[in-house]
Amino acid sequence: MLWYVIRRLLLVIPTLLGVAIAVFFLIRVMPGDVVVVKLRADGAAVSEETIQAERKRLGLDKPLYQQFIDYMGGLPRLDLGKSLWTGEPVIKEIALRMPVSLQIAIMAGVIAVLIAIPLGTISALYRDTWIDHTVRVIAVSGLAIPSFWLGMLIILALLTLFNWLPKIGYVPIWQDPLTNLAVTIWPAASVGYRYAAVATRMMRSSLLEVMREDYIRTARAKGVWTRLIMRRHALRNAMLPVVTVIGLEFAFLIGGLVVTEQVFNINGIGKLFVDATARGDFNLIQGLVLLIATIFVLVNLVVDLLYGWLDPRIRLR
Amino acid sequence: MPGSIRKVLAAAAALTLATGVASAQTPKRGGTLNFSVVAEPPNYDCHGSTTFALIHPIAPHYSLLVKFDGKDYPKVVPDLAQSWNVSSDGMTYTFKLRSGVKFHDGSPLTSEDIKASYDRIISPPQGVVSIRKAYYSDLSVSAPDPTTVVFKLKNPMAGVLEALASPFNCIYSAAKLKQNPRYPETEIMGSGPFTLVEHVRGTSWQGKRFEGYYDKGKPYLDGYKAFFVKSNGVVPGIIGGQFDAEFRGRNPSERTQLLDKMKENLTAFEGTWVNNLMIVFNTTRKPFDDIRVRQALSMAVDRWGGSEALSKISILKYVGGVMRPGYAMSLPEAELVKLPGFSKDIAKSREEAKKLLEQAGHKDLKFKLLNRNVAEPYTPGAVYSIDQWRRIGVTAEHEQLETKLYQDRVASGDFDVAIEFQADFMDDPTAQFSKFLTKKSSPSGYSGHTDIKIDEMYDKQRRTIDVAERTKIVREMERYALTQAYNVPLLWWQRIIVNHKKIKGWYMTPSHYLWQDLSTVWLDQ
Repeated sequence: MLWYVIRRLLLVIPTLLGVAIAVFFLIRVMPGDVVVVKLRADGAAVSEETIQAERKRLGLDKPLYQQFIDYMGGLPRLDLGKSLWTGEPVIKEIALRMPVSLQIAIMAGVIAVLIAIPLGTISALYRDTWIDHTVRVIAVSGLAIPSFWLGMLIILALLTLFNWLPKIGYVPIWQDPLTNLAVTIWPAASVGYRYAAVATRMMRSSLLEVMREDYIRTARAKGVWTRLIMRRHALRNAMLPVVTVIGLEFAFLIGGLVVTEQVFNINGIGKLFVDATARGDFNLIQGLVLLIATIFVLVNLVVDLLYGWLDPRIRLR
Repeated sequence: MPGSIRKVLAAAAALTLATGVASAQTPKRGGTLNFSVVAEPPNYDCHGSTTFALIHPIAPHYSLLVKFDGKDYPKVVPDLAQSWNVSSDGMTYTFKLRSGVKFHDGSPLTSEDIKASYDRIISPPQGVVSIRKAYYSDLSVSAPDPTTVVFKLKNPMAGVLEALASPFNCIYSAAKLKQNPRYPETEIMGSGPFTLVEHVRGTSWQGKRFEGYYDKGKPYLDGYKAFFVKSNGVVPGIIGGQFDAEFRGRNPSERTQLLDKMKENLTAFEGTWVNNLMIVFNTTRKPFDDIRVRQALSMAVDRWGGSEALSKISILKYVGGVMRPGYAMSLPEAELVKLPGFSKDIAKSREEAKKLLEQAGHKDLKFKLLNRNVAEPYTPGAVYSIDQWRRIGVTAEHEQLETKLYQDRVASGDFDVAIEFQADFMDDPTAQFSKFLTKKSSPSGYSGHTDIKIDEMYDKQRRTIDVAERTKIVREMERYALTQAYNVPLLWWQRIIVNHKKIKGWYMTPSHYLWQDLSTVWLDQ
């Protein structure tokens, strides 16, 4: 098992290297100039000489191969360069936003698991009854309603009912749990609903498939209690695709809460990504793409390891 | 009296009343002012910035030599300077500084600091960005003694005091600049009414009262906190109690929304704004090199009707030429209406426009209108223009791009017609005419024309110190620019500020860059 993990971790290196090279060249094809956006932000008549001087200061006047060598040279030292917008190290910019995005993703994940597994199971067990129909309506609504729109409804409800919105700014949960939860619970709920809907649908269909398997029929024929069949045989097998969905959605949530973060004024990775792209901050975009690629690779690894835990046959292979 | 004028007068009366009430009350000490800023500055250096995103959170940390008076714009009043005199030939400005002014680290502020700061603006050391270097290129600074600063002009220059009152001319410590000329980019160390507590990038900016501020008893606030939010987060933020103010400006529907919800707690200020939306014709492309086509397109737009309609849904409101309507040097309305595109008789204007297009051989003109994908006020401005052009048989296709891509296209001259804006911290013609010049004279002369007559008039007004004479030249230049129509203003913006009633001592000027050091602001709570 240890070797398997080490081998998978070593495979991360060429994957990330490929991503780093691709993103370096691809974003440079994008039109737009971060220096022009920065210096002419409010329509000022900034001279071309000033723009060129700033470009030089940021190293954007260097030949592309030189910029590439500088960038690749920094990667082994985890030096992703400095943001072309703020001048701060990219790592610092990401580290500032990572905790809040991570916490919201984890909370949304927890909400999804807590809702999806029981609801999906009940829905499958009571297939084609009013219970199943109700769960399916809830799940389809979750898929149909965009998270940011639900977020807007939540904000509207808070304003209409209480004339209140949570404070702006992130406080770590160990410093002030109440303020932390007041800020993070709403975006977590709005994305968690969609997340739960996807997982509920997957749980239901996967469980229905498993319930049709021969070994379940055999267990039933032998008179094993339904509850025992579910716990020992059906659920574990049905969980495999659900774990994949939960893992992939989690990775998506780290960088994908673009609009939801804006709706709730959350200073997270998604907002940073949008700002970096709008400004043409190459270094920051590169850093963020690498971060998200790393998260996807690691989440996939965790999902694979969970497969082994859920189904020992996979571990043996 | 037309409804719009009545509304403006009512707003002005309300504004006067509001300021009058504020000044009549005795300021209370204490409290924290929470406000929002709809953008965040890339760094902290005033000299290298053009954005209000820097001014709103950072201005309270710095003093200026002189500043605009919020209560009586565009009057210039002392800040670090106690008094000044101007030589009879207008070529030397001598400022006497206040004594006992300290920086936030306790070191004394002297004339050397003023000189070092202005030297940094006029001749920035390698690696330092000074956006307005060219604007001050005629000035040289000396500090004959610790409390005297002398500005000498190499050439006559109009509006020197106004230029020195720029909110971007923060005074930095000479000693610190000597160690690191780029320290202001990453560090706050000024002599303004507030010191920096914390900047959480992407979230907030916090300042607290500087006990050693030169103006004893001020500032009144214990501190302030600026929250960086997207524009659509302002209204919910005010209603939800996240902050009490936003100092750039809101649109009419947001004002209505806020007042409907919290009329008892909010005050609205309204007035003109030193910003306009303009139509830029790319004169390097056919048929926009033809004055008849440019004039026809300007004449097809009903600005007066547009003002009435658009002001209800957007910040576009006032009809004006190159200078802000109401500004002392702007063309009077009686003269403005005689110029192509500004007539109140739109039917007649459009008939003439059709004839001009026919004469130019472009009866069924089709072109692309380049715009940025920012809703307010760019989208309504463009949609309105397209509709107006349709009425003379012209078809314009709206092309909205991200700001970054838009700027690239405009700067490289890759457009037919573009919707652009004009904004600066004050009304001075030297600032306001920059986009009307040739590209040789101004990097933002996007229309690409090569008419040096405008440049010559521009230089002439810049060198004319006599105000009456300068006004004459400016008005002549305005008439010429609007007739040539290389670029033409569509409408000027209305500045609408809706703040919590408890905020006192803040005065709205036509510029969102001014009067933001918060030294006079207090909370009535």
